[in-house]
Amino acid sequence: MEITLNHYLAVAAMLFVIGLMGVIMRRNLLIIYMSLEMMLQAANLTFVAFSRFYSYHETRSYNHIDGQVFVFFVITVAAAEVAVGLALIVALYRLKETTQVQNLTTLKF
Amino acid sequence: MDIAYVAWLLLLLPLIATVAILLHLHRKPLEAMIASVGSASLCFLIALAVAFDWVPQPAAWNWISFPASGSIPSLTIEVGMIFDPLAKGMLLIVTGVGLLVHIFSIGYMAHDPARGRFFGGLSIFMFSMTGIVIATNLIEMFFFWEGVGLSSYLLIGFWYTRDSAAYAANKAFVCNRLADFGFMMGILLFWTMMGTVSVLPDKLAQCYYQNAMPQVHSILGDQGESPVPGSPLPLFAHEGGLVQGSPYLLTFMVLGLFAGCMGKSAMFPFHVWLPDAMEGPTPVSALIHAATMVAAGVYMLCRVYPLLILSDFGMDFIAFIGCLTAVGAALIAVQQNDIKRILAYSTLSQLGYMVMAVGCYGPAAAMFHLTTHAFFKALLFLAAGSVIHALHEEQDIWKMGGLFKKIPLTAWTFGIGLLALIGCPFLSGFYSKDLILAFAYAQHPFFFWVGSFTAFLTAFYMTRLYVIAFLGPARTPAAEHPHESPSVMTVPLVILAVCSIIAGWSFIGIRNYYHAWAVNLLHTTGQMPLTGQYISLPELPGFYGYVPLALVVSGVLASYYLYRNRSTDSLDLQILAQKFYIDDFYDRSLVGGQQRAANLFSWLDNWVLDGFILRGAAYVTVGVGEILRLFQTGSLQTYAFLFSLGGAAVIYFALFAH
Repeated sequence: MEITLNHYLAVAAMLFVIGLMGVIMRRNLLIIYMSLEMMLQAANLTFVAFSRFYSYHETRSYNHIDGQVFVFFVITVAAAEVAVGLALIVALYRLKETTQVQNLTTLKF
Repeated sequence: MDIAYVAWLLLLLPLIATVAILLHLHRKPLEAMIASVGSASLCFLIALAVAFDWVPQPAAWNWISFPASGSIPSLTIEVGMIFDPLAKGMLLIVTGVGLLVHIFSIGYMAHDPARGRFFGGLSIFMFSMTGIVIATNLIEMFFFWEGVGLSSYLLIGFWYTRDSAAYAANKAFVCNRLADFGFMMGILLFWTMMGTVSVLPDKLAQCYYQNAMPQVHSILGDQGESPVPGSPLPLFAHEGGLVQGSPYLLTFMVLGLFAGCMGKSAMFPFHVWLPDAMEGPTPVSALIHAATMVAAGVYMLCRVYPLLILSDFGMDFIAFIGCLTAVGAALIAVQQNDIKRILAYSTLSQLGYMVMAVGCYGPAAAMFHLTTHAFFKALLFLAAGSVIHALHEEQDIWKMGGLFKKIPLTAWTFGIGLLALIGCPFLSGFYSKDLILAFAYAQHPFFFWVGSFTAFLTAFYMTRLYVIAFLGPARTPAAEHPHESPSVMTVPLVILAVCSIIAGWSFIGIRNYYHAWAVNLLHTTGQMPLTGQYISLPELPGFYGYVPLALVVSGVLASYYLYRNRSTDSLDLQILAQKFYIDDFYDRSLVGGQQRAANLFSWLDNWVLDGFILRGAAYVTVGVGEILRLFQTGSLQTYAFLFSLGGAAVIYFALFAH
């Protein structure tokens, strides 16, 4: 069976939806954070897949790697984001002594 | 430096005094007094210099220029000064009487803590009044015209804690504003038809020619020589005017200009504000509401006289309104009990005389009477002020009595003013009133007879006033021990008394001075070829010459025998005491109607504009907010869920829902 672009996209979509479900349904902030990362990786996977298949489809060569370069940026930004996000979670835990989102509902009227 | 610049000080000095008092001195009475009286004295000196031609007319200064656009001609509004005989005479009256009143006020207002504000008001009045007198065009005049309206408002309402004073000030202002609307229409019509707003005599002569040409043409013939140097006679084409003046438009213009006069000079039906204006301090009544400001309307009529004579109907209307006001106000004065109100109605009556004189083609007589009236009426008011001062603010003549022996100087000067007012021979009022009656007779005997009857009434009510207030026994304890006013108040009285005696004498020359001005004006405007009768002043023929004097004497005698030694009024004419119910009528119809309209609009404002539209919009916003805030649960995951639903919806609509 030949692995086509659609296979990659299907895996990416699955990753994205699993991540989204995690974000929406899990109660622990850290798990939500991990799910968020999973959604980012789904986007990265589509980048790489498009980059490779688009490049070959248009030019019959694998030399065009714009999308793959973009993934590095995403990973870099995600790493920075994790640094900030985890710090925030630690600070939040110190303040509220919990990381369960059902206890963190003060942002309302 | 050009000596002509000195003339600008006429306007600048009172203005500087006003600003200084307004900004710094209104809590420092002494300094305010010095600034105000000082500027008034200097103005009088400059006015003297102007009258003797030591100071020439300064060049006009262009204030605003509107370029011509389309069919509308250009308009340049200049601020200039006109020093012709008319303005010079009026300038001397304004600054002279003004100075005396300033000096009198030093004594009269000595105990009022707010007199700094009072002198500020006097200064702004002097500024505006001088501006009216020397204005070279109607726009400039209108500017100062509103200025005197403002100062009149401020000074009538000087004791603003009194409700009646505040009400009177409003009444005066509203009456004047109504009339000024007509004045503004008149000015606009003037500009529309003539393409100028200037009131310089030669400009007015040109306007007269352009509009009265058919008549002049028919009399002088085609080959006649134009009395205006350098302008050819056949001037049918309207140069500069926007529309061709029709007789109707000319009449409307005259009526509009006269409406301004009706407000300021308090002609019927705008007369109601003047008696109420007596709520102000008495020096204000003397200066503003008797001697000068209310005469500004008459002065303005004389200033634009060449325009007025373009409309025969307009002239008749002016004469009739003047006549009606003269006799109506005199009738009301017969039954008034407040010394200042009697004098106020007398002022109305005399203003009616002047306006009637203008309407009877006698501007010289009007100005002559204006001058003599300024002296004797200022005298009467100041003397009345002295009486009121002596009796500690008592104004009811029935609570006076026997003042002649107690305060002789005031009584004597009041008597002289009274005799001058009723037209006692050899006093100034006699000459000016006779001249007006002569002009009235020349126009129509009706005006003469009504004028003479007014003279009878004048003699009657003034004698009544004098007999009740000054003769007989004292009627109240206060009237038994009055004190004569200080000399700072009596000296102006004496000066004005002397002026009231001599102003009519022919060797003083006021009458001939104004006559020369009028003849010159009529000559420039070409009235002379039309009507040669104005070269010499008219005189009452034979029998008619004795009628006014006989009526005056009978009025004095009738009043003397009717009111001698009485302690209550011998006459009881409610319709006169109630001022013909005109004030009540206005209160019910105009003020009441206005009140109802105001209530309606207030209701609309409260319930429709504010209630429905403004507050309604606010309530809708609040309500929507109340509903929407239910979605703000504070739960992070709800937001994320809704956000992802939104994202999915965007993708769906972007990709699939074409």
